[in-house]
Amino acid sequence: MSRRLPSKDVVIVGLGWTGSIMAYELAKTGLDVVAIERGPWRDTASDFNIGTAPDELRYAIRQDMFLRPKQESITMRNNLSQTALPIRKWGSFLPGNGVGGAGVHWNGQTWRFLPDDFRIRSHMTEKYGAAIMPENNLIQDWPVSYADLEPHYDRFERVAGISGKAGNINGKIIPGGNTWEGARSRDYPTPPLRQGYAQDLFTKAATDRGLHPFPRPSANLSTAYTNTYGCRMGPCTYCGFCEWFGCANYSKASPQTCVLPVLVREKTFEARTNCEVTKVNLATDGKTATGVMYVDEQGQEWEQPADLVLVCAFSLFNVRLLLLSGIGKPYDPNTGEGVVGKNYAYQTGTGSTAYFEDAKFNPFAAAGSLGVALDDFNSDNFDHGPLGFVGGASITCAYTNGRPISYHPTPPGTPTWGSAWKKAVKETYQRVTSVGAQGSVMSYRGNYLDLDPTYKDPLGRPLMRMTFDYKDNERKMSGFMADRCDEIAKAMGAKQTVVKKLVGPWSVVPYQTTHNTGGAIMGSDPKTSVLNRYLQSWDVSNVFVMGASAFPQNAGYNPTGTVGALTYWALDAIKTYLKAPGPLVQA
Amino acid sequence: MNGARLAAICGAVLFSHAALAEPDNYVEAARGKALITAGDCVACHTAPGGQSYAGGLALDTPFGAIMTPNLTPDPTTGLGNWTADDFYHAMHEGIGRDGQHLYPAFPYTAFTKVTRADSDAIFAYLRTLPAVVNAVDRNSLPFPFDIRAAMIGWNALFFTPGTFTPDPKRSDEFNRGAYLVEGLGHCGTCHTPMNAFGANKADVFLQANQIDNWIAPNITDDARLGLGAWSVEEIMQYLSTGQTANTVASGPMADVIVHSTSQMPQTDLHAIAVYLKQRGAAGSATPAVLAASDPHMQSGAAIYVDTCAACHTTSGAGIEHAFPRLAKDPAVQQDDPASLIRVVLAGTRAVATNAEPTALAMPSLGYRLTDAQVADVLTYVRNSWGNAAAAVAASDVAKLRTEVGGPVNAATP
Amino acid sequence: MTFFIDRQLTGPYGGYDWLYMQGPFSANPLPSQGLQSPLVPRQQYRQGLAALASYCKTTFAGRGFAELSADEQDKLLTGLEKGEVKLPNFDSRMLFQLVYANTMEGFFADPIYGGNRDMVGWKLVGFPGTRYDYRDVIAKPNQVYTLPPVGLQGRPAWTVGEKP
Repeated sequence: MSRRLPSKDVVIVGLGWTGSIMAYELAKTGLDVVAIERGPWRDTASDFNIGTAPDELRYAIRQDMFLRPKQESITMRNNLSQTALPIRKWGSFLPGNGVGGAGVHWNGQTWRFLPDDFRIRSHMTEKYGAAIMPENNLIQDWPVSYADLEPHYDRFERVAGISGKAGNINGKIIPGGNTWEGARSRDYPTPPLRQGYAQDLFTKAATDRGLHPFPRPSANLSTAYTNTYGCRMGPCTYCGFCEWFGCANYSKASPQTCVLPVLVREKTFEARTNCEVTKVNLATDGKTATGVMYVDEQGQEWEQPADLVLVCAFSLFNVRLLLLSGIGKPYDPNTGEGVVGKNYAYQTGTGSTAYFEDAKFNPFAAAGSLGVALDDFNSDNFDHGPLGFVGGASITCAYTNGRPISYHPTPPGTPTWGSAWKKAVKETYQRVTSVGAQGSVMSYRGNYLDLDPTYKDPLGRPLMRMTFDYKDNERKMSGFMADRCDEIAKAMGAKQTVVKKLVGPWSVVPYQTTHNTGGAIMGSDPKTSVLNRYLQSWDVSNVFVMGASAFPQNAGYNPTGTVGALTYWALDAIKTYLKAPGPLVQA
Repeated sequence: MNGARLAAICGAVLFSHAALAEPDNYVEAARGKALITAGDCVACHTAPGGQSYAGGLALDTPFGAIMTPNLTPDPTTGLGNWTADDFYHAMHEGIGRDGQHLYPAFPYTAFTKVTRADSDAIFAYLRTLPAVVNAVDRNSLPFPFDIRAAMIGWNALFFTPGTFTPDPKRSDEFNRGAYLVEGLGHCGTCHTPMNAFGANKADVFLQANQIDNWIAPNITDDARLGLGAWSVEEIMQYLSTGQTANTVASGPMADVIVHSTSQMPQTDLHAIAVYLKQRGAAGSATPAVLAASDPHMQSGAAIYVDTCAACHTTSGAGIEHAFPRLAKDPAVQQDDPASLIRVVLAGTRAVATNAEPTALAMPSLGYRLTDAQVADVLTYVRNSWGNAAAAVAASDVAKLRTEVGGPVNAATP
Repeated sequence: MTFFIDRQLTGPYGGYDWLYMQGPFSANPLPSQGLQSPLVPRQQYRQGLAALASYCKTTFAGRGFAELSADEQDKLLTGLEKGEVKLPNFDSRMLFQLVYANTMEGFFADPIYGGNRDMVGWKLVGFPGTRYDYRDVIAKPNQVYTLPPVGLQGRPAWTVGEKP
């Protein structure tokens, strides 16, 4: 029996990056805002205590801070002919949980997509002809441009304090920065991180080959910083416990460091933690949301009415919530009809591991976004004509960590255990680095999300089913990138390199990346998208959905920078919406 | 009823000390609000989760817990039947309306300096508050401390009533600062050492004191232990925002910042700073620095580089507006290391004000470090980078560990 | 090492308490679908080690694993790793992967968990542990790092009189 609560102006599902930003910006205008988060409250000194945070077994191996698959998992299959089975233990991607969400344990690599990424369909067709587009693709132009988002990228970067070096300020190209980037209105708020020895070798080798390396933009801050909201952060100490860990010394941008201190001071804001939203409630005509239903820790069900519902639960769980709530027509890959779950995409990761005769790379001295990158093979910065694929990759030489349970490399051919293994492990640890390519993934008819027919969560609701595999286009593109990485690795002076390409079907087992995108995409046409250009649902105009679920396809970068920019872009639209509620775009 | 008292009361009624705030009393009540903020009366006279000024907080004293009275104008449980004379009698002499002596946990020893006009203004403000019914047990001390008449003797020894007298040799601003610090601010109540009878020792005014297992540090102008290296602007910044570039308030002072000093006018904060700087330095002599080769310094150094440097840096410089500087820092060098010990054991959260909302926290390390390790790392910090202070013993840590439990919170916004 | 594994098995890992263990469990999962067995680590160890003991008894004329020569043990382990050795009623590769993974974990995890005693695993590769501040290392690239490793519970130098 559910109990109904007094109404709020805004209910926010999930209190991660997008939820925190929305909560603060709206609460400070005086609106009554409640955020409902199914994980626990997290606070730096209590939960990322310097005496407990650097624990690889607990956080990286046992996955203590992520969503517990027991609470919610996803079933997976590679194609429609197979039966999806639950991901019983996370591997390929690691969804966050709790206040701060994945913003607590991300690496902090913070990018802007390139201008061509936003109109990839038009651009590639215009330049190379329609034949270059891959088979069965669902690639769409975004309904916003880089220019639309530029000021909002800037806003997010200044809240997070991103450390970097601009390569293009208002059209002026600045060597040493990313000279391929879309024009920025100003430089990054803090200077780039210091880099390590491997990065210096990479910079030299890449420059010698006529490429344009630059320090990767980083949410691990190079200096102390006070952000736009008045929150203060400290400088990164290169501790090597970045991704999958909370930061103990306030130097990684997260909701905890950047937003929560001012959010909790807002008198009209309330957070309810350990409460799981089970669905968005709709009025009988299905065109208006009346609020959400949620279950608290004791299992009691509550109805929280609200005028505005913001779904900020992470890309994958946004899509599931829309499916469970009946918002938008679910996508059917067989007929090609429907939109929710369509255009699901991911990321490719390939590269070359480089073994050196002698080096002291000190891999443990690392930060989540430490690294030198180059975009010479990203987007359409290179000639796709002879290559026969679309998409590109950012190429980086990076160290995020040297944590030994996961990272104890040995040269190829070394036995996996025994005295020979021990000797090789000892000799190799300091002498390995890698050059990696993080590549785009297009959207396809057969890659999609829907509700699983068999498996359920503890509340009895169907799990979401993910049908995904890499297609020929991605294999070709990422293989090309791996070869480019290998050339640079050899030029760095490696005595031996091992190239890693995509082989076989996509597997959930090894960790790859948590850059799951799409499923509730933004677009210009309600027949092929779930949200309009302001991230407002075409079907239910008082529901907005934040996050990478909005991406029509993924680019050759981490998504968070663009997620942040879209959040501020949507925030402005929501403020307009609140003055005159209704659809902001006529279908 | 005593005839003289009756006459006095009639006189009070006749001579325009209004028993109730009147609508055109606004100016005086507003003045009273500013004064009550300076006095931080709300901090003691509000129970956790209770209504402001309605009393009921259990004040820990060495003699037992005293429950603070209800100051709202409720006639039965508060000050509803009080006159301004009664109120002044309490403030000036520590005697309540019924003639009962008040305990010096209510710092009438400081409030005696408050002028009659200021006392009346505070009283006028209190009368504007909604009356809250809150019956507080005013006799909670165990025998023999429940005998209030004993205060007659205590007062004879340790209390001289008297309104503040400005020093003609000092500037107006110095005197204003003195009036605030010695009177309403009652800073000495925490910052001045106490004798065994719980009286602040006037001859060592503001030279540090242990209270609630925190050290309220020396706030004379002493260079090593006090404010000697601070500028007037830094003192104002600390009181106004809760922090300077190099240090931050936490613990009981955080509450003072939030409810009192951060809401006082800058002119008053300037006066307080000028007074504290100009009244001179006093403090213990600098001890000999412990050599770096001392085994406790060596183990302390190892703990420091592994545990502390990631925030406070290897040079003890800290990070401005984030992690307090430890090098040549007075809080680190107080004779009594109690604050340092408890902060390492239980952590602490910086005060949050509107100007500085971040409220960074020091994590608790009590589970991670043994008593000896806590002692050694503090000994190291207290004797490095130009610091000089007595070593910390493992037994000091052990004793405090039994009394300090769980995370320590500064005042919430 | 057995101490480490024992302690892990008594915690949530031992029962896969945090994982999604609802059925149905497929008998023919795809390799890309990862872990699909209903057996939790406690069961895997119990059943796997029993199967190994049984195998040794029949194959090595009554000798248990611990009684085999180092050479025989190595050969057997390789056989388990490759799946060439068939254990009765248990997947040999599953047993090997489990023991291998837990051994790596115990060898390289923080000593607080019972393995990596005296930080021997960390010393092998030169991992400094939980020190959390390497600004000095980044400032001086390609130099040998000389400070000894430290764990969540510290290191010998933290205590006066303790031998390094």
